[in-house]
Amino acid sequence: MITIQTEQEEEFYIIKVEGEVDASSSIYLDNKIGEVIKSHKKILVDCEDLKYISSAGLGVFMSYIHEMEEGEIKMVLFGLSDKVRNVFQILGLDQLIKMVESKEDAKKLVNAI
Amino acid sequence: MMSKRIFHLRFFFTTALVSWMAMMVFTQLMAFANANQMEHGLKEYLPELFYALFFLSIYSFYKVQLGRSRDANLQELLWKVFVSGLIATIASLILKFIEDLFLSHSRIGENPLLTNLIYNINIGLLSAFFVSTFIVWEKFIFYQKTKKLILGWRIYVYTLLATLLISLIFSIVNFVLSQMFLFIILALFLLASFYFSANLKWVAYLNYKQKWKSILLFLLILIYIGYFFNYLWGVQMQQPEALVFNGMWNLTIMGFFIFIFIYTFISILVILFNLPTSSVFEKKLEEIISFQRLSQSRNAGKNEREVYQILLESSVSAVLADAAWVESKSGNNQDPLIIKYKIGNDEVKLITEIISKSKEKQIVNSDPITNLKTDRYITSIKNNRFKSVLIFPVYIQHEIIGSLILLKEISDGFNEEMITVIRTFVNQAAISIENFKLIETILENERYIKELNIAKNVQRSLLPSTMDHSSFFDISAYSKSADEVGGDYYDIYKVDDNRTVVIIGDVSGKGTSAAFHMSQLKGIFHSLVQLDLSSHEFMVYANNALAKGLDKNSFITASIYIIDKNSRTIEFCRAGHCPTLFFPKNAEKPEYYFGKGLGLGILRNNEFQEYVNNDKIQFKDGDLLVLFTDGITEARNRLGEEFGYDRLKELVFKNAIKNPEEIKNDIINALYEYCGTKSPHDDYTVIIIKFKEKI
Repeated sequence: MITIQTEQEEEFYIIKVEGEVDASSSIYLDNKIGEVIKSHKKILVDCEDLKYISSAGLGVFMSYIHEMEEGEIKMVLFGLSDKVRNVFQILGLDQLIKMVESKEDAKKLVNAI
Repeated sequence: MMSKRIFHLRFFFTTALVSWMAMMVFTQLMAFANANQMEHGLKEYLPELFYALFFLSIYSFYKVQLGRSRDANLQELLWKVFVSGLIATIASLILKFIEDLFLSHSRIGENPLLTNLIYNINIGLLSAFFVSTFIVWEKFIFYQKTKKLILGWRIYVYTLLATLLISLIFSIVNFVLSQMFLFIILALFLLASFYFSANLKWVAYLNYKQKWKSILLFLLILIYIGYFFNYLWGVQMQQPEALVFNGMWNLTIMGFFIFIFIYTFISILVILFNLPTSSVFEKKLEEIISFQRLSQSRNAGKNEREVYQILLESSVSAVLADAAWVESKSGNNQDPLIIKYKIGNDEVKLITEIISKSKEKQIVNSDPITNLKTDRYITSIKNNRFKSVLIFPVYIQHEIIGSLILLKEISDGFNEEMITVIRTFVNQAAISIENFKLIETILENERYIKELNIAKNVQRSLLPSTMDHSSFFDISAYSKSADEVGGDYYDIYKVDDNRTVVIIGDVSGKGTSAAFHMSQLKGIFHSLVQLDLSSHEFMVYANNALAKGLDKNSFITASIYIIDKNSRTIEFCRAGHCPTLFFPKNAEKPEYYFGKGLGLGILRNNEFQEYVNNDKIQFKDGDLLVLFTDGITEARNRLGEEFGYDRLKELVFKNAIKNPEEIKNDIINALYEYCGTKSPHDDYTVIIIKFKEKI
């Protein structure tokens, strides 16, 4: 259902999420983000192959907003499909989490914040 | 109330007694007439007739009496035969004693009257004894019956009883059967007796002690039979011409005598020959019973300890172990359960050490799937009381949950067969324990299901059962959850006849926790709705209230609508919930109202108020408002395509002219048709509001 790959690119730590994030697979995403924010300050989430995200998946992103602010951790999502972006937008999470088109934009944005 | 059985018993007993008396009376009269060379004027066949009646009655009597004892064991039946034989013999001996007493003092003994009297009493006694023995032996033969056997036996019994009639007819027509012919018939009966005497299957089921006891009883019964035959023979030899009724020439008496004699005799021989093997049979039987106990233990709801206890006892007795123990790793890091048999703690420790160190272990069995070497056998241990050890692990799904250790004081004390038997026991014990654990799990699951049902009922009660609203619009709602407990919520509150507040919400996640959050939302709604707040204020307060109560990963999306007749406005605030579909009557198409918004519980501080808006729509008569949850738009068909916003919009557009109830039904039907299922995959909620047109 979900594949999570990680890689370090320059100073950025990239989490690539593929497939569908639903109630059961959101646990893996939760664990991964929880682990990454302990040691990294600049995080990019690659959503190019993210097909679907449920409210439980949104809950994962939401739950780290406060923690990231406090720890001055910067996270940007990129490459979201219209459908997935729409889900974030309806909930209003697009106001709290930065989302851009490409990886390059994401890198720039992270450095700009 | 006399039961039918008792009535029958009394009836047959009475007829037997009466016909026997009648036979005696007529015999006496005839004997008296014969002695005095007088014409008695009585029919010659009368004694024969009454004897036949007597015999049939006594036969029926025992048939009824012993018929009940189908369940009684053979030992008891044998004992009954022995006792009835004993009584008959003692009675007969007393008669003989009286006869001898008279004989020694006078010549009355030679009186044909007395001879006949005593003879007929003896005939009565021996007939009763023979018949009762016969019927018990029949039960022995039918210990394991087959259709063929039942049929053969029936023919045989009817033939035997038919001889009563034949004798009677012969005596009526005054025909005397030639001795030669008589012998042929008796020889046939003898053959039949041998044939039926082959049915001795019950012998195998007697244990050693029972066999000895049976031999003794059979021998005594044989002596009684012999005694009576000897009596008949004796009288026949001495004074046959004095007898009016001669039992020696009676086909029935002889037929019964031949059978019970042969069967008794052969039984004794067969039991004798079976004596040496009986211990083996007993052992096998014991193993089967042990096996049964192990199998049944799960039904009795016994716990693990008892299963191990039975395993230990059965195994010890099956292989005659000198000592043994079972240990179980009952998980949870508890101390292992150890049940010991004739062995102390120190020795258990010592042997365990020897087992782990010993290099002379013989692998006698291994698990076919995991290829784990399982059963081990140490044939000789030095410097210990015990010389041989068998080790059997107890497996559940290839995981060791315990072991059985059997010890003997002689080296090489276990053979192949013992190992096989114990393996079977151990496997059965494992099955029992596994079943026991499965039942525990099932019970636990059932408890959860019950709890979930309670949650379901609680949740259902959270949704309004009636839609109490202002009279200027019509409303219809549908809500169905995919799981036992869903996360969709809607509610309605009529402030007055001009104002009504409607809320729709979706709690993230599913199941019981969603239901709890939903009930929080309901509490908040019903508290805040009374304060006459704006929709924006309502959401800000709701967010504050929920900030403390929601899980870290949980949020709630909701939209609240304050519908006001006076200002003709719908004031609403969208807290991250799906957009609202609004279709003004005079518009071309329905439109989604997005606006700014953020889910409740996402920002748990004052910043939240900046992320939500207070929006307003003007409505006119005939306008249509559609509220829904994301379950509707995200519902997927078989190809994984979502139902989507456009399809919903199109449906509303096409059906706008209908009333809310019909529109709701159309949407739901279209949705299920699209998904191709009859049950929802997600929680579906849709609410249709239509403002009344003034007519």
